[in-house]
Amino acid sequence: MKNKSLISINDFNKEELLQILDLATYFEQNPHQKILEGYVVATLFFEPSTRTRLSFESAVNRLGGRVIGFTDAAVSSTSKGESLADTIRTVSNYADLIVMRHPIEGSARWASEVASVPIINAGDGSNQHPTQCLLDLFTIRQTQGTLDHLDIAFVGDLKYGRTVHSNVIALSNFQTTFHLVSPEELKLPSAVKMHIKSNNLKYYQYTQLEEVIPKVDIIYMTRIQRERFADPIEYERVKNSYTLTKKMLEGSKENLKILHPLPRVNEISIDVDADPRAYYFKQALNGVYVRQALIASILGLA
Amino acid sequence: MKSETRKELIVSAIQNGTVIDHIPSYAVIQVMRILNLINTDLQVLFGMNLDSKKYGKKGIIKVRDKFFDDIEINKIALAAPHATLIEIRDFEIISKKQAEIPDFVEGIVKCFNPKCITNHEQVRTRFKVVDKEDLRLLCHYCEKITKNENIEFI
Repeated sequence: MKNKSLISINDFNKEELLQILDLATYFEQNPHQKILEGYVVATLFFEPSTRTRLSFESAVNRLGGRVIGFTDAAVSSTSKGESLADTIRTVSNYADLIVMRHPIEGSARWASEVASVPIINAGDGSNQHPTQCLLDLFTIRQTQGTLDHLDIAFVGDLKYGRTVHSNVIALSNFQTTFHLVSPEELKLPSAVKMHIKSNNLKYYQYTQLEEVIPKVDIIYMTRIQRERFADPIEYERVKNSYTLTKKMLEGSKENLKILHPLPRVNEISIDVDADPRAYYFKQALNGVYVRQALIASILGLA
Repeated sequence: MKSETRKELIVSAIQNGTVIDHIPSYAVIQVMRILNLINTDLQVLFGMNLDSKKYGKKGIIKVRDKFFDDIEINKIALAAPHATLIEIRDFEIISKKQAEIPDFVEGIVKCFNPKCITNHEQVRTRFKVVDKEDLRLLCHYCEKITKNENIEFI
């Protein structure tokens, strides 16, 4: 991947995905190495994010590199009316690699076309967040030993959830059987289902979470946001029926693992946290290894 | 067939220039706008709701002393997918081209997504045509699809 930007999971084929995951496994085993000594990585967060930014900065720091950047567009010259293109061209002079999050969709692709250094997309509005998708794939493989022939449930907001869309598209490379659990009004868009169908894979749709638990190897929970509902009463009804509790996990497969991109609000009850099937905090740690792998690979150091 | 075409050309009375035939009537003004024929010094004749054997009703535009290049023809195809371009010199048909929907569309259509970077900064729009029958354009930047009914020309 040397000198290539990472913009969208749709730019990767199966082999390329697996290569990155293998490299991430290497960093999982060797997370502290000084291979980034003398390198500067810019983290430009035009909108706030805790986990993503910190895990990128942790990844760089653990590899001995330095980080510059900002955590909020208000403290950048964007607030003075500077265009994204100008900001990116300028920062290209100061860093070997730019990690950016921006609320406008397509901003990362555009930035990669004006920057003289590679760009890693850390989220462009509701469009893409490829490092989240890669760390999810990494986590699934880590827990199951394979990505092939798994039964995976996605639960919650499947309509607007960007991570769900990317994961479904990426997993369609691996003979996954999809179990899609959502309220009627938040079903997976047909454009995403097209990827499942075009790979001749199966998907099942549910509105009840309980139904799916005994069938699957992975439950990927997502947050349902109040603002997605026109009717607040409908939200209250739906919210409670999509909360995963420890009791519901009785009768699950032994190898079941529960994932969540975090932050969690109330969709996983805290009594699940201590259960061996809960894996979401480990998932967050994997974000560091995957980002180390990507940074090292793009800078030509691995 | 040939005599019919001739008859039509005699009616149009264009010595040199281009006849754009088989335009949906509702798209005639759009095609003229795309080709910059609204504010032009060229002689332009156009008709709508003319009888067509193929389509029932059709629109037609005739432009004197003007020949279009491929990029302009592609633009026409997006608004009038079945348009035929007939080039005429000395009242004779020199060539007949079918307007073809291109694989990629650059700089002529607006992205439908208000949150797309192309609607926020000066970025030339780029689309991959993912469906030519029921026109669907995949934005190179925001990855959203602009459908036929939402297409707006820049």
